[in-house]
Amino acid sequence: MHYLVLGAGPAGVTAAETLRKHDKSAKITLLGGEPEPPYSRMAIPYYLIEKVGEDGTYLRQTEGHYEQHGIDYVHGTAVALQGKAKRLKLEDGSELQYDKLLICTGASPISPPVPGLDRPGIHNCWTLEDARHIAELSQKGDPVVLMGAGFIGSIILEALALKGVNLTVVEMGDRMVPRMLDETAGNMLKDWCIDKGVRVLTSTQISEVTDGSEGLTVHTKGGEALDARLLVVAAGVQPNISFLASSGVEIDHGIIVDQYMRTSVPDVYAAGDVCQAIDFSTQKAEMLAIQPVAVEHGRIAAQNMAGKPTPHEGSLNMNVLEAMGLITASFGLWMGVEGGDSCRMHDPENNRYLRLEFDGNKLVGGQSVGLTEHVGMLRGLIQTELDLGEWKNKLMKSPERLPEAYVAVAQHNFNISA
Amino acid sequence: MQLALVLDPAKCTSCKQCEMACAYENEQTFNPAKSRIRIFDFHEDGRFVPYTCTQCDEAWCQQACPVNAITTDPATGVKLVHDNLCVGCKVCTIACPFGTVNYNAATGKVIKCDLCMGDPACAKACPTGAITYSDVEQAGFDKMRAWAAKTDSGAQAT
Repeated sequence: MHYLVLGAGPAGVTAAETLRKHDKSAKITLLGGEPEPPYSRMAIPYYLIEKVGEDGTYLRQTEGHYEQHGIDYVHGTAVALQGKAKRLKLEDGSELQYDKLLICTGASPISPPVPGLDRPGIHNCWTLEDARHIAELSQKGDPVVLMGAGFIGSIILEALALKGVNLTVVEMGDRMVPRMLDETAGNMLKDWCIDKGVRVLTSTQISEVTDGSEGLTVHTKGGEALDARLLVVAAGVQPNISFLASSGVEIDHGIIVDQYMRTSVPDVYAAGDVCQAIDFSTQKAEMLAIQPVAVEHGRIAAQNMAGKPTPHEGSLNMNVLEAMGLITASFGLWMGVEGGDSCRMHDPENNRYLRLEFDGNKLVGGQSVGLTEHVGMLRGLIQTELDLGEWKNKLMKSPERLPEAYVAVAQHNFNISA
Repeated sequence: MQLALVLDPAKCTSCKQCEMACAYENEQTFNPAKSRIRIFDFHEDGRFVPYTCTQCDEAWCQQACPVNAITTDPATGVKLVHDNLCVGCKVCTIACPFGTVNYNAATGKVIKCDLCMGDPACAKACPTGAITYSDVEQAGFDKMRAWAAKTDSGAQAT
């Protein structure tokens, strides 16, 4: 048996390890597209501020980890899949045969249609190689423009600000992180960042990038010209699926998988950012490009590949973000559901906010600003779908009693510590 | 035999000695806010519930960590955060469905109960036996773990 795992991000690494756990004798190949040990993109901002070195971004820290697990870690880029022949063609002309294939090629940054984005001094912040360039071009006092204040943009924002650059953030949406935070939270974050010395332009689009005195001039549609030594583009990502063009693998936004993470081609599975799998909240196939979901996908796909049927019940969308010291988190259907109740605790003076969304007596979503204690309980309550009983009304009056509600309801239902 | 914290709300009087002991042991301060174990007071019912990490077998925090900073201590089963590796990304704090991994802004790292590496200060400080460090089989933790399994997106095959 030869398992081929295409992609060495969190989904791929978890899958390779899980395959080994369930199949001691199979050949396992982990094929990575970048000339680095498997690493985590989540850690890049912390590498940028030198909180960790490059090795601190590695997904596994034990020397010889892959060898010890009998995982053959190799480099290469797939250019075509021949599903009937069970063969993967690589960029260097070589071919790899497999018995079962897992596609976890992840995603890549979108390059928005803005003239001038091919100039030097313009980088995404996606790979370790990108980070090395950014580190070089973001010295203290340097003028830097960041395009996009989505989740990735906002995480890089903190790193850039901490490096002491002169930072301007340009976001198309009317607030920061519009896909993760509501108007209140997104604007709290914006005000916070402005207060900390970052220029944040929302509802603003970049029209063109030209040469400038610092290297670049970034022009906005409103007519403003921003000088920059570095422009970081964080305008979103798209799944890496181009090599599947004539493979027969069914694709919508990402690769379509069934409950067992199988694609439409026999013995080909998919996991992580590249695939469109069940969202716990909507029970529909969605793109949930986040680290914990990639890990869940990888583990479940591998169990199914190894002959341990494990249906995927759906992953919960959740995000946590720190920008300039303000921590925000969002879970599930944070925008609420039709006919559901909603409550908010908003304490702008202390930069605290908690929004809870209910469907009947169940918590279905939430988001928080400035809270760091017991945040995971939001996940616990949403995903266990516990009936909140009398606590629903208590929470409607005082959302900040969430931890109490959690412990009380969990105790009632599961008698957890008695 | 692996030991675990056995928490018995029926014996808890909310004296908060455990919180003080934990904060002192781990953060060198008598500040209950820094404790990794917490007593929830349900005054209306006259009920007090000690609450902390269960050291799950297949721990969400551990699986979600992008840089392998949470490992399992083979002797105690403790899920241990390695400060030298933790980058402070907080993914574990949202992944843990019990909410027992928290971010410490002062250090830029996450903190969770590590059973004081096999000699938990909270259990020693508890005057009523509401917190004991004893045989896992006696603990009601299998129930909590079963509950946790409900948050898993695919059954945990071990």
